[in-house]
Amino acid sequence: MKKLDRELRVLSVDCLNAPVSRRGFFKRAGAAGLLLGVPGLLAACGGGSSTTTSGASGTPTTQKLADTLNFYNWSDYIAEDTIPNFEKEYGVKVVYDNYSSNDALLAKLQSGATGYDIIVPTDYMVTTMLGLNLLQEIDLANVPNIVNLYARFREEPFDPGNKYSVPWQWGTTGIGYNSEKVTGFQPSWDMLWDAQYKGKITMLTEIRDIFAVALFKLGYDANTTDPAQIDEATQLLIEQKPLLKHYTSDTYIDELASNDTWLAHGYSGDVFQAQAENDVVQYSIPSEGAIIWVDSMCIPTDAPHKYTAEVFMNYILEPEVSAAISNFVVYASPNEKAEEFLDPTILEDPSVYPPQEVQDKLTFMKELGADTELYNTAYEKVKAA
Amino acid sequence: MPSSAAPSGQGAGGSSGGIPPAPAPEGVGLFSRVAARLRGRSALTASLLAGPTLVWLLLFLILPLCVILVYSLGSRGAYGDVVLGFSFDNYLKAFSPLWFPVILRSFAYAAIATLLTLLMGYPLAYFIALFGGRRKNLYLILLMLPFWTSYLIRTYSWIVILRTQGVLNTVLTSLHVVPEPLNLLNTPFSVILGLTYGFLPFMTLPLYASLERLDKSLIEASYDLGANRLWTLLKVTIPLSLPGIVAGTLLVFIPAVGDFVTPDLLGGPSTMMIGNVIQSQFLSARDWAYGSALSFSLMAILLVAIFFYVRRVGTEDLV
Repeated sequence: MKKLDRELRVLSVDCLNAPVSRRGFFKRAGAAGLLLGVPGLLAACGGGSSTTTSGASGTPTTQKLADTLNFYNWSDYIAEDTIPNFEKEYGVKVVYDNYSSNDALLAKLQSGATGYDIIVPTDYMVTTMLGLNLLQEIDLANVPNIVNLYARFREEPFDPGNKYSVPWQWGTTGIGYNSEKVTGFQPSWDMLWDAQYKGKITMLTEIRDIFAVALFKLGYDANTTDPAQIDEATQLLIEQKPLLKHYTSDTYIDELASNDTWLAHGYSGDVFQAQAENDVVQYSIPSEGAIIWVDSMCIPTDAPHKYTAEVFMNYILEPEVSAAISNFVVYASPNEKAEEFLDPTILEDPSVYPPQEVQDKLTFMKELGADTELYNTAYEKVKAA
Repeated sequence: MPSSAAPSGQGAGGSSGGIPPAPAPEGVGLFSRVAARLRGRSALTASLLAGPTLVWLLLFLILPLCVILVYSLGSRGAYGDVVLGFSFDNYLKAFSPLWFPVILRSFAYAAIATLLTLLMGYPLAYFIALFGGRRKNLYLILLMLPFWTSYLIRTYSWIVILRTQGVLNTVLTSLHVVPEPLNLLNTPFSVILGLTYGFLPFMTLPLYASLERLDKSLIEASYDLGANRLWTLLKVTIPLSLPGIVAGTLLVFIPAVGDFVTPDLLGGPSTMMIGNVIQSQFLSARDWAYGSALSFSLMAILLVAIFFYVRRVGTEDLV
């Protein structure tokens, strides 16, 4: 009955700690809320644009710190003392609020949620939000610490020169695997098509993430808009379907930890969480290439405290502050100067800080605008198959 | 809807049925006198009674439905916004053969779950209504108790129970009932189980409501006239509780067809239901126009299905 005991413990973990997942559990709750709340949401949509103008008029360039700062971030994605130290140092009260998916964040902003000074969308979502006029330009004169970033994060394809976004943390999307059950593991996406692990493999639910895997495996660009290549990827994903346990963006953490899933397409930090529970779980960045993602601080168009938000961004880019966050959440920091304050085990971990030859094969996912339709249509074929 | 309207209306009729005929005309007279007095103020009374609900429905049902209808005729903007327009492309896509298996599967899962909740809910409701005695309320509270916990958490618990190294498999393998852990999770079985579990009270409560006000003397009469238990159940009890059965099946079937949480959590790669398709259009694909068209199409299919169901099973006294 010891096992039963463990099950109960895991259940409580499921229920209580689920929000720990950066991109997890509450996404679904959010989705349910979103669908149920469609009326309110739609009603609020009309208000969205009008608040934009009122917000703009309320931000004259008085370079004075506000009393409060409204910070909307991924759940459990910050060190314990990050906010208290800022409050102490600057005398600003930080109102901290959390979300757990880009979709939820976007839905909230689109539904007219106002008052947030800083949000932390992922790279491609920055492009989306820019396309929807939801972000405003950052005055980098107030963020001198921006020079602390690695060159890669100064010239990101989605926002060269950090005009609209200041990186927070970054990671990769690779394979989490059970090193005991999967004995001959190779760092290749082919592992997710290995028939001997039928029923023990999971894939993420995000459309572009799934297609990126197939495209990498085929040796194509993960951001391709060539219908023939997308078609090939579609066939590959349909072939893979019978081998899958299911598509999941959150439960795989627990399934890896409980040995139920042996090979999971997943986010680096999520796999490390599973590893913390079960040390046979390993993370690998496949050699064909993988998606690199970076979550960045942005200022919504109608943010009431723009200057304070910029001061906060600058504070986050202090080497010690950046390092403390990485040491706590075990994601890589975009801050080069933070290296000397990083926990050496994190800095030397190739799955957190991949060696240069692996880094060279990492690709940002690009928002494709109207071409997204190609992927949506292709995904329907996979889903219906 | 039939269930909520019925108890008050038929409850009075049921009790007066047993009373000798003499007082009945007086009751009718009283009723008509009250009705006459009310009639003068009927317009005001009616609007006071129905007003709040009408406003509510207008604001939170009709209006959003109109918005969804307008959206469904538009298209997806480059960044996932809705571009308004007037085209039926989304409906053509919604009714493409691609989704036939998914729609068929959704209806099949929902139908099986409805049947299972009926098979389980009926005896349960029958027991509480006829043999519950003074514990009736306790049983009802026990039935509702799981509702105090979030549906998500209850569904997550099923994962813990059903998975390969889960509670059920651990017990079964340690008792040597099965040599290998069974593959229960992420199968059609687990999805239907989740639906059945989740919707059981929606079936039981209307059944209870209609069985509770069932005139027991009719059952006795059936026995007196020589019918055995089975015959009485088939010819008296079940027909009399038909309004409850219809209400229960609708209350279970309709939300079950459109459910997306259960197949999402308990399902596998091939248990996708139409609700998942709609959800992913709204969230992952961010194509609200197409999602709206899919929602509307599902609503239309359901309306037609319900229409034929109620026409076939239902009678006038359902309302």
